[in-house]
Amino acid sequence: MTRRKRRLVLIASALAALGLALGLILIALRDNIVFFYGPSELAQKAPHEGQRLRIGGLVKQGSLKHEGESAVRFAVTDTKQDVEVTYTGALPDLFREGQGVVAEGTLGSDKIFHADSILAKHDERYMPREVADALKKQGVWREGEESASVGK
Amino acid sequence: MIVETGHYALVLALALALVNSILPVWGSIKGDRQLMAVAPPAALMGFGLVAYAYLALTMAHVQSDFSLINVVENSHSAKPLIYKITGVWGNHEGSMLLWVLVLSLFAAAVAVFSRSMPEDLRANVLAVQSWIAAAFLLFILLTSNPFARLAVAPAEGNDLNPLLQDPGLAIHPPLLYLGYVGLSITYSFAAAALISGRIDAVFARYVRPWTLIAWIALTLGIAMGSYWAYYTLGWGGFWFWDPVENASLMPWLAATALLHCTAVMEKREALKLWTIFLAILAFSLSLVGTFLVRSGVLTSVHAFASDPTRGVFILLILVIFIGGSFALFALRAGALKQGGLFSPVSREGALVLNNLLLTTCCATVFIGTLYPLALEAVTGEKISVGPPFFNLTFVPLFIPLFILMPFGQLLPWKRGDLAGVAQRLAIAFAGALIFTAVVAAWRGGPAVSVILSGIAFYVIAGSFVDLGRRVFGGGISAGLVSQRVRGLPRHAFGTAFAHAGIGVTLLGLAATGWGAEKITTLKPGEQVEIGPYELTFESIVPRNGPNYSELVGRTVIRAKGVVAATIEPATRFYPARGMNRSEAGIATLGLGQVYMSIADAAPNGAVNARIFWKPLVALIWIGALVMAFGGCLSLSDRSFRVGIARRARKVQAPSPQPAE
Repeated sequence: MTRRKRRLVLIASALAALGLALGLILIALRDNIVFFYGPSELAQKAPHEGQRLRIGGLVKQGSLKHEGESAVRFAVTDTKQDVEVTYTGALPDLFREGQGVVAEGTLGSDKIFHADSILAKHDERYMPREVADALKKQGVWREGEESASVGK
Repeated sequence: MIVETGHYALVLALALALVNSILPVWGSIKGDRQLMAVAPPAALMGFGLVAYAYLALTMAHVQSDFSLINVVENSHSAKPLIYKITGVWGNHEGSMLLWVLVLSLFAAAVAVFSRSMPEDLRANVLAVQSWIAAAFLLFILLTSNPFARLAVAPAEGNDLNPLLQDPGLAIHPPLLYLGYVGLSITYSFAAAALISGRIDAVFARYVRPWTLIAWIALTLGIAMGSYWAYYTLGWGGFWFWDPVENASLMPWLAATALLHCTAVMEKREALKLWTIFLAILAFSLSLVGTFLVRSGVLTSVHAFASDPTRGVFILLILVIFIGGSFALFALRAGALKQGGLFSPVSREGALVLNNLLLTTCCATVFIGTLYPLALEAVTGEKISVGPPFFNLTFVPLFIPLFILMPFGQLLPWKRGDLAGVAQRLAIAFAGALIFTAVVAAWRGGPAVSVILSGIAFYVIAGSFVDLGRRVFGGGISAGLVSQRVRGLPRHAFGTAFAHAGIGVTLLGLAATGWGAEKITTLKPGEQVEIGPYELTFESIVPRNGPNYSELVGRTVIRAKGVVAATIEPATRFYPARGMNRSEAGIATLGLGQVYMSIADAAPNGAVNARIFWKPLVALIWIGALVMAFGGCLSLSDRSFRVGIARRARKVQAPSPQPAE
């Protein structure tokens, strides 16, 4: 096999691998991206039924209700808008009323968000960053609040 | 006082690194041996200084010196001693110091163990390593000083994040850094080779052992991190495709590719440019990882934008080192002589394919990790790219890699015979088919699990086909076999074990499909069945730890009425931070595990429990251990040792060149 041919084979296989990867990435990006909305954005954007979403905000004070074995219902709020959320399963350690939360799931036609996972991962400051950003957008976030809550 | 001397040692280390960045290179250009000889002792001294600074910080943590901001923010006087020591790297400043410590450790190791290297190559390698050290020391001193004092020292600290108070954290970051930052050596070798313009098999031979050391550490570090996440986060997951995890996976993929292509470069003088490119790429990805984890960009793009000093500094380091090395690469690439010829069906061809697939996998992870950040920075739209994305891109690219792995091992250099190799692999194929059929009949379950376990069997069996043939090839008698085993080079066993290891991990992953999960509320005395076991939740009792209080749910696991194990899942409360953390109760039964985490204890003793039965789950991490074991076997092989020590020198003074 000549040098030229070898190079051609190499380039062709490299292009094939890259093409395959690119194809896969594009397909995956089209179908598997999950958008994040705060309650106000959710009301604005009106995503179609069944689309996977992440929503985040604060768990509204006094909204948490246990409905039977490990099923819960609560409201997520950014203080301007609320979203009703239902979820079945164990809640993460840090889940509390008045605290930040991120839920992933779909919005039903009844405008109730059916979550299938409540995210437990929090950053160092114990506030999911999406939540902090969503709250900032609504102007209810005070700078320095997070460090104040930690450095007691 | 010690704290000030530690700070001073860091400043000295910076000055020394600056000197060592220039003199050896100057010496190698001028051909001045005295200038080049500066590099090794300076590298050793640099390591000594950074190690001293590190010890000084550790002392401050151990003695709970609350006049240091770093100690106040991350420690507590009641914290157990081990977490006072590991807590040093459980925060930004300390972990950057560990980063530089590992960096200078590798420089010192090259200075000590690479006496046989060409003088100018060694001088340049150490100089490049000093550039990196200087950049990061500057970063620490200017933006992340761990020795910053407080004017008024508080009486007590804020304690370490409870999630980090765990033995897993004691091992995970140092191992990860040993791998991650260890790749700096391959980068330095590549840059040095480009500077001196000598890119040949000798370069590959010297760079291989270092790549292997970094790879072994990285493999173990990633596995350890995954196990830590598995048992501390309380969700039973072991890989989340989280950006922080991806940051360590990308260098691993690049290092794995590099490991394979240095073989081609050493044996056949081919793929020279590609090898250099990968060596630069691997460490560049480590730098990208450092940027992702340390700049705060993941925590919030906006926080990053409002306080950008650290992020921009690392970004600057990133741009200079990646950009600079690729510019050098472009400058020198044209002058390179062509390498050896090979047919596409050959060991070289297989390794090229391996490299293509690994780097493409790496690219998909890169895009999946950075695309959301880029999109948010540009449009403000927030998205998350989770497991479905990676399952659809990474997995389809990895499966062909599994299929091709045993082929690569069996193909000869230069030109191979695909049909012949397939014939020799027939036994592995047949075994895998039978295995798959047995699994399908006996276990059933999801098709994905059955198929993946078949592939895993094929990979494990295929890894040993070549060895089996060479050991048992002509007649089987105990003497003959042991003679052959001793006659084979250790790297042949190394390759087989490393390849089998990934098969073992795959088997563990496949078995997740047979697991069971239950989320339920349990009252003391209640029983629940999971997989083949019955669990009895006996009692919930309060207990006090050194810096936390906990509620422990004693649970007995029985298999057909016989007690198999007792686990104690707990929820802990850390008053210093006002934070809860659940401590999973895990019982390893055979290779499977029963995993239980509890939450929300009610006054009547009822808890919400999450219970998993995870068959064969231990194989996921055992596979990584097997891979690392294979790596160590290869490292102990003579052909690898050329680049490192020559202990034989004292014994055989007349002939310093080791026999190859």
